[in-house]
Amino acid sequence: MSNGFAHLEQLMSEATGDEKHDWAAISTIHVLWVLYDRVLRYDPQHPQSEDRDRFVLSKGHGPLAFYAILAAKGFFPASELATFTRWDSRLGAHPDRTKVPGAEVSTGSLGHGLPMALGMAIGLRLKGSERRVFALIGDGECNEGSIWESALLAGHQQLHNLTCIAINNHSSTPNLGDLAAKFASFGWATTTINGRDHEQIYAALTHPDRERPTMIVADIRQEEEQ
Amino acid sequence: MIDTRQHMIDVLESMLAEDERLAVVLADISASRFQPHPRVLNLGIMEQTMVSVAAGLALEGFIPVAHSFVPFLVERPFEQLKDDFCYQHLGGNFISSGGSYDYSIEGMTHQGPGDIQILRGLPGMQIVVPGTALEFERLFRQSYANGSPTYYRLSSRSNSSEQQVEFGKLAVMRRGRKGTVLAVGPMLEATLQAVEGLDVTVLYCTTVAPFDGETLRQECAGERLVLVEPYYAGGLSMDVIEAMKPHPISIEAIGVPREILSHYGESEQHDEALGLTPQGIRARIVDSLA
Repeated sequence: MSNGFAHLEQLMSEATGDEKHDWAAISTIHVLWVLYDRVLRYDPQHPQSEDRDRFVLSKGHGPLAFYAILAAKGFFPASELATFTRWDSRLGAHPDRTKVPGAEVSTGSLGHGLPMALGMAIGLRLKGSERRVFALIGDGECNEGSIWESALLAGHQQLHNLTCIAINNHSSTPNLGDLAAKFASFGWATTTINGRDHEQIYAALTHPDRERPTMIVADIRQEEEQ
Repeated sequence: MIDTRQHMIDVLESMLAEDERLAVVLADISASRFQPHPRVLNLGIMEQTMVSVAAGLALEGFIPVAHSFVPFLVERPFEQLKDDFCYQHLGGNFISSGGSYDYSIEGMTHQGPGDIQILRGLPGMQIVVPGTALEFERLFRQSYANGSPTYYRLSSRSNSSEQQVEFGKLAVMRRGRKGTVLAVGPMLEATLQAVEGLDVTVLYCTTVAPFDGETLRQECAGERLVLVEPYYAGGLSMDVIEAMKPHPISIEAIGVPREILSHYGESEQHDEALGLTPQGIRARIVDSLA
């Protein structure tokens, strides 16, 4: 793992004064790091630049890892992480796009971000843009009906500019079975990877299907963190 | 009389050519009435996703229009309207069809007398209740690109003549001394028939939110006001009280009563049963002003 990634964990610890972090945040940090460090196209000085890739933290939960990466990449000062969830902070327990530079979408209620990402992908296609849309969902979020509406619609629309990463941190109450197979049956190109292996993450993020939306199931278990 | 839903579609098709930011999302309903167009997207029967997709389009700079029947546009995707549009301060347009019991034979699953009061609970949501198809066009053209989420309640029940309505403004239909009657959207015609020979002011409201309290304060005659609304009765009560502060005002709220409607038949039969005919409205106005 890179020095940058180690710095990220340090930023999170400084923000909370605690080395133990919310599992909802920790389980996303590897994917988010690879995405922002090596894949996503953006300019932190111009976070709304038209020539950017879009990232949607669909589940909205555990945003500290997301905030730490935005800070590490220059969207706002890292010192601001210490204000997390305070009264006048821009950094709430769910991201607010009207406050956080680099947050494309306000999320928190599960099942909203992915369909909004579909709308963004459709919008980019209408504009003739080559830019990509990435959405991160959780396996628990896959209990929501709107996720499966979106799965159906993205497959039908052949939204090849959309890549969704499902962080399978095994928090779903109903047994989801083979999540990748389910999305494949809706017309997605799918792959399942180790959610903490940065090279697997990089390879999956940089090889999207040319005709179908891409689903990357990033499997990660809490006990492996010890 | 012009068919309101068809005219809405004609207006949108015309405006798609005029404004390349406009994009229409549908969930099957009315989809077969639209000509194929790259910015008319029938997503299938998934109204929650339809509203979220509309928000995604808004994030990309489009001005989205989502359309369906009231229960599928307001009640099922309520949280999407709240989170994805109001909380994110995104502009978008939501055009319903089938106000209150327009679809009388379909039963309450397809009816929507609660739409306005549900949406009044959303900060920032603008609400438009046109009384005719041409009033819809006028109000839509004035407001569709104003950057706020806006709901348009369309009804197959129309007044027989157009008024020169303006978004966000009450229109003064007549002035009197004994009281004020405020009619909303398609209730204007029955209200004007009901007050014939009565010495009352009649105001016409086609923008429920933001409510034009200033005109009400200027024009309100007396301390008694009768609301005549085409949805659940009393939707504008708090707006009237707020506008008239510190002056006390007595309000009689005529509209659809809060009860489960269990009959089918024609909409006019529901009007009869609920006292929403000109005669029924007149009786309540006379009673409340006595």
